[in-house]
Amino acid sequence: MLRFILSKVVSLTVSLGVASLVIFAVVEIIPGDPAAYMLGINAQEDTVAALRAQLGLDVPKWQRYLDWIGGLLTGDLGTSYTYRTPVAEMVAERLWISLPLAVYALVLSTLIAFPAGLLAAARRGSMADVSVMSATQLGVAIPNFWFAMLMVLIFAINLRWVSAGGFPGWDAGFFAGLTALTLPAISLALPQAAILTRVMRSALLDTLDEDYVRTARAKGLSRGQVLWRHALRNALIPVLTIIGLQFSFLLAGGIIIEQVFYLPGLGRLIFQAISARDLIVVESVVMLLVFAVILVNFLVDIAYAVVDPRLRRK
Amino acid sequence: MAKSILTHATACAVVLALSAGTALAAKTDITVGMQLEPPHLDPTSAAAGAIDSVLYSNVFEGLTRFGPDGSVNPGLAESWEISEDGLTYTFTLRSGVTFHDGTAMDAEDVKFSLDRARAEDSANAQKGLFANIASVDVVDPLTAKVTLSTPTGNFLFNMAWGDAVIVAPESIESIKQTPLGTGAFKFDNWVQGDSITLVKNPDYWGTPAKLDKATFKFISDPTAAFAAMMAEDIDAFSGFPAPENLPQFDADPRFTVLVGSTEGETILSTNNKQPPLDNVKVRQAIAHAIDRRAIIDGAMFGYGTPIGSHFAPHNPAYVDLTGNSAYDPEKAKALLAEAGLADGFKTTLKLPPPSYARRGGEIIAAQLRAVGIETEISNLEWAQWLEQVFRGKDFGLTIVSHTEPMDIGIYGNPDYYFQYDNPKFREIMDELNVTTGGAARTELMQMAQKIISEDYVNGYLFQLAALGVVNTQVVGMWKDAPTQATDLTAVYWTD
Repeated sequence: MLRFILSKVVSLTVSLGVASLVIFAVVEIIPGDPAAYMLGINAQEDTVAALRAQLGLDVPKWQRYLDWIGGLLTGDLGTSYTYRTPVAEMVAERLWISLPLAVYALVLSTLIAFPAGLLAAARRGSMADVSVMSATQLGVAIPNFWFAMLMVLIFAINLRWVSAGGFPGWDAGFFAGLTALTLPAISLALPQAAILTRVMRSALLDTLDEDYVRTARAKGLSRGQVLWRHALRNALIPVLTIIGLQFSFLLAGGIIIEQVFYLPGLGRLIFQAISARDLIVVESVVMLLVFAVILVNFLVDIAYAVVDPRLRRK
Repeated sequence: MAKSILTHATACAVVLALSAGTALAAKTDITVGMQLEPPHLDPTSAAAGAIDSVLYSNVFEGLTRFGPDGSVNPGLAESWEISEDGLTYTFTLRSGVTFHDGTAMDAEDVKFSLDRARAEDSANAQKGLFANIASVDVVDPLTAKVTLSTPTGNFLFNMAWGDAVIVAPESIESIKQTPLGTGAFKFDNWVQGDSITLVKNPDYWGTPAKLDKATFKFISDPTAAFAAMMAEDIDAFSGFPAPENLPQFDADPRFTVLVGSTEGETILSTNNKQPPLDNVKVRQAIAHAIDRRAIIDGAMFGYGTPIGSHFAPHNPAYVDLTGNSAYDPEKAKALLAEAGLADGFKTTLKLPPPSYARRGGEIIAAQLRAVGIETEISNLEWAQWLEQVFRGKDFGLTIVSHTEPMDIGIYGNPDYYFQYDNPKFREIMDELNVTTGGAARTELMQMAQKIISEDYVNGYLFQLAALGVVNTQVVGMWKDAPTQATDLTAVYWTD
């Protein structure tokens, strides 16, 4: 197990190194000067030059890369060009929304997908199966932002149960924060739940055809017991993979939903930073996300090994 | 038993009376929606209009200030004297003005602010406003003397800009996060990405604000803005991003739609140095090929005033020159033929992100195609636009709204991105700079408008409308936008 983890750590480090180079190169290639953007169209050339110097943009690119990497290694993500505040602080603030939102959505999607997938697999071909499959078909097809707008129309504008968006901050109380995140979490969770249900069902059906399941049945276990004890555990591998991918997606990919509900999350931070050419923010945040994705994959790998002992030996 | 019922009844009555009381009292806080969030909170070191939209006049004040109609009124300077030669301005400051940290605002702060703005390493986005200042002197704590190198007719106007507000020397270190001004509101809190909160300044030198608290909420998505307004999460939206939704608000008794004017001349900017656009006949042909009404209706849903030159229609010195470029496709074709381009030509049309440009660009492309001019459209982000079009001058046509007030002077700079070079125009600008008399200035400004209109420097499209939606019970919001500001100092709720 230890060797397994060690080899994964090495590949994790190499991936991060390569990612940092690619991110820096891509971001620096985008045309557009942060100083010129901030000063607008009436600025004089000397003012732009003065601001470039203030921001430290006048040093060579390779040196900026080394400074950036050096900073990252010591936990310093740099200072935003536009906001003039430490990137780490900004990210921490945004994470307080994006992370709970992603977890909330993932919990919802899992809570829907597990029972639905189990039901569909257990009653294959029944009315229940057909309805679950049709529902997931719909869930995959409906764009989440459209569904989000529909919910805003119903629950915020017509029924006036919740506000149309925004986030009061966790200072306003746990419940207030959770309420504000509910519609966004549902919009994010439904398409994910649909995908997860389908994966769950097909993975279960695959394992149900395996010999060991037939053996277990022959030894006298009921269908329910077989499903629960043998099939489910083996079907979890593909399901975990999808959950891992979904979590990474939910963390940064919620940008459209953040836009619809004007939530100050990570996705919006990157979006704003790109248009303002706040390069250091883009670089550091994307790097963090890469780190998060790689870390999630790493944890999923470990989870495989826990679920399936055969993988530890490979 | 009877007694306890009685106490209950009394308690209920008290509760009822209390809740009725609070329901009747007018609200004293407001939530204002805005599309763009300020990058930071120092109006004297960035071009972002969003900074002024939150802070101008609310938190920061200058020597002079803009009124709701764009007039220049006394601000922190109570009065001023201008020397005979127009070179010396002696400002008398108001007494008893303090910054929000309690320190007094005096002539030293004026000197500091103006010197900081014009310093060599200044990051002021409008450094040009201060270019003619030769020196700033402190006569006594309440008297500041500004000496100019050349007479500047616009000087008092320049001092009213958000970029010329008076700041406290000790606040510079942290001004980008915690702005410290002299205004009727104090900065309270900034939840980045979400909102900025201001609270009433109890020690304000002038008429105190009627609101206790004002929250600016940033909602960039037009659909979300609509939903937030409809759900009454916000009480007012300044610069509403979706003109197509305004009729719906107009029909709803809960809301009032404010349609005013801005300083934004929206133009089809033309590269005057790039053939064949360097030929005035070709530019004239483009002008006649454009149907402004169709653009205003199609891109702005009817909101906007047609213009025929680079000047705001609400300005007293405005002349209507739209006749110079009346919609006449046949004439456009004839002019192209005269220029030797009977078969038309091809050019680029580079569009920045605002909807007036993206939607307007498609319509203009179709109108130009009708007279034989093909355009290759490319959509750019602002940063790309600044790099390619504005600084690189690599474009044929582009659409942009010039939102600075009274900015016809940009035509006097041959290096400006559309590269208009006319010595006669520059002479007029030079004369305008040294003229302080009202009538003489008006005449010069009208001459300037005519010259650029008749030279067809750019395609003049329309004056951008200021579109706001407010709760019907909110009084005192500005209808027009003479500068980028959401002045809340006189706003209050009616019962």
